[in-house]
Amino acid sequence: MSQALLNIENVDKIYGTAASGIYAVKGLSMAVQRGEIVSLLGSSGCGKTSTLRMIAGFEDITNGQISIAGKAINNLAPVKRNVAMAFEGYSLYPPLTIGDNIAFALKATKLSAADVKTKVAEIAEMLEISDILDSYPSSVSGGQQQRASLGRALIRDADLHLLDEPMGQLEPQLRALLRGRIKHYIREKGLTAILVTHDQAEANALSDRIAVMEDGYLQQFESPLVLKNQPANLFTGTFIGEPPMNVFNASVTQDSDQVRFQLDENVSLNYNISEFTESVIQAAIKHESIVIGVRPYAVKRSNNGVNVTVLVNQWLGDQTHIAAELAGQSIVLVEHDRAFDKTGETISVQLTPDSLHLFDRHSGAAISHGTVMA
Amino acid sequence: MQHHQSKLETVLRALALTLVVLFFMFPIFWILLMSLQTNETILRVPPSVVFEPTLANYKGIITGRLETSAASLEINFLGNLWNSIFLSVTSVTLALVLGVPAAYAFARLKFKGSEDIAFTLLSFRFAPPLLVLLPLTLYFQQMGLADTYIGLIWVYQLICLPLILWIVRGYFEDISPDIENAYRIAGHSWFATFRKIALPLAGPGIAAAGLLAFIFAWNNFIFALVLASADKQPVTVGALAFITASGIQYGQIAAAVIMSITPTLALALYAQKYLVEGLSLGAVKG
Repeated sequence: MSQALLNIENVDKIYGTAASGIYAVKGLSMAVQRGEIVSLLGSSGCGKTSTLRMIAGFEDITNGQISIAGKAINNLAPVKRNVAMAFEGYSLYPPLTIGDNIAFALKATKLSAADVKTKVAEIAEMLEISDILDSYPSSVSGGQQQRASLGRALIRDADLHLLDEPMGQLEPQLRALLRGRIKHYIREKGLTAILVTHDQAEANALSDRIAVMEDGYLQQFESPLVLKNQPANLFTGTFIGEPPMNVFNASVTQDSDQVRFQLDENVSLNYNISEFTESVIQAAIKHESIVIGVRPYAVKRSNNGVNVTVLVNQWLGDQTHIAAELAGQSIVLVEHDRAFDKTGETISVQLTPDSLHLFDRHSGAAISHGTVMA
Repeated sequence: MQHHQSKLETVLRALALTLVVLFFMFPIFWILLMSLQTNETILRVPPSVVFEPTLANYKGIITGRLETSAASLEINFLGNLWNSIFLSVTSVTLALVLGVPAAYAFARLKFKGSEDIAFTLLSFRFAPPLLVLLPLTLYFQQMGLADTYIGLIWVYQLICLPLILWIVRGYFEDISPDIENAYRIAGHSWFATFRKIALPLAGPGIAAAGLLAFIFAWNNFIFALVLASADKQPVTVGALAFITASGIQYGQIAAAVIMSITPTLALALYAQKYLVEGLSLGAVKG
């Protein structure tokens, strides 16, 4: 593989002093190839924005090294890094019109006025803000300001485009429309983009790979498909996917030809040994105390499965979410048809062995993954 | 729901406003009347607002000859006026040149001890001037700075610099750093960003702080009284010359007051919107 465009090696970010400071990012290492679209996904305070701002040069890198195109940028001023950025707070310059705000990103390129105008018009059309180019930031909505800020970043011809929550303020329909357009634009221009988001749908739709972060640590950096089907640990497993993965604490035993996952004194899930490979069974038994994960889409009704008690039945307009109780814990199943089970009713569901994800309860590390694609 | 004022409310409001305006404007109005009278008409008993206006007081000040009932003496009030203008303008200019970048640094960079330094600078404002003045006089005499414009301008920084620093700092803190970051990342240097983005955005605050500093510098009395001799003294000290051996020249004092408050009054009226904004915004955020 050719040299990565962006290389982050063992980077820490500590706010305050090393002794008493707050760790925002811990031992982060990742590489982004030229032409890739990568998302940093995580909840608030997970270190994703700190990471982006270190790449841009607005935060010092406490430890480690970041390089762009093979050149270390730790001590390089933002202006010399050749990166473009869309800020979460829009950060448009109030005395300039929306059009001029977008155009001023091109000032340094020495393009002719006519070329600048063409490019601004092109990007404004893509972002549906052609009609407000002559307005001032204070007189347009937050969503329009956000698109202007996005335009100001995308219009540039930089090595790396950093987009911090680029569509957070947009209404859902517009967001869905722009996702497609922006992805197409980035591909067409051959840009490399890193976006920070807490919206999974956005990350899935836009990215080639997603870096899931939590508590300053990189949890997993993989394609959306791998994240969904082979989560490296319990955090990624439960964080990725909507509704979230069902999880149950279980202890594992094996007797003759059965593997038994004991959920509590009364409920156990029993499978024939032949359903699992020998190594998975050995690993699961070795861990003794494990967590079983099942995606809500993989939970199916059956006549001879385990009995669960319906708690809530929600019809979302295109699918049914049923929350039920199993061994004192909650299990959610998703069906594409409308279901009419009432609260308190008992239904029988099947957790097929090939839909189970097994995790070690202590470390959270994945032991095995079922082969059913989510 | 819209709130409609009753007639009574309107009348009461107008009355209250009139009272407030009268209360604050009366001294200025009275001094204006005094400045147009001779000492005799001012001091007559009982006082009256009916008199024959005269411009003799203004004429005396402008020509530099003070005609009293007993004698005529030379005064240099226009010189004082010039000193006031020169001292205030140069002090504020210097304070802006030093204070605005410092305010920017305090707003943007949190370094070890930055709050302490900023607070020390502010504390100059609440130290009693007399406390500083005595040792300062001795130092200035040894350094040859006593009775010089440079010395005075330097001491005036005690008035202007903290004011500008703290008000402008609040303004810079109000500007999102990312607006500057967006400009920097688009290929502009740190200094260009300061000049093109931060300065214009903080403009109203800088103007307000400058105006306030100007008014404070203009009104200063004690520094110039102690540290400067007659030819360097501003109007505040110069007005003392009207207390003469043959009595206090109320008419001339009034004329001098009118002439000396006119520049600051005009400035304040012109920029009152900035002033209010600058004071409220800067003070709350500082």
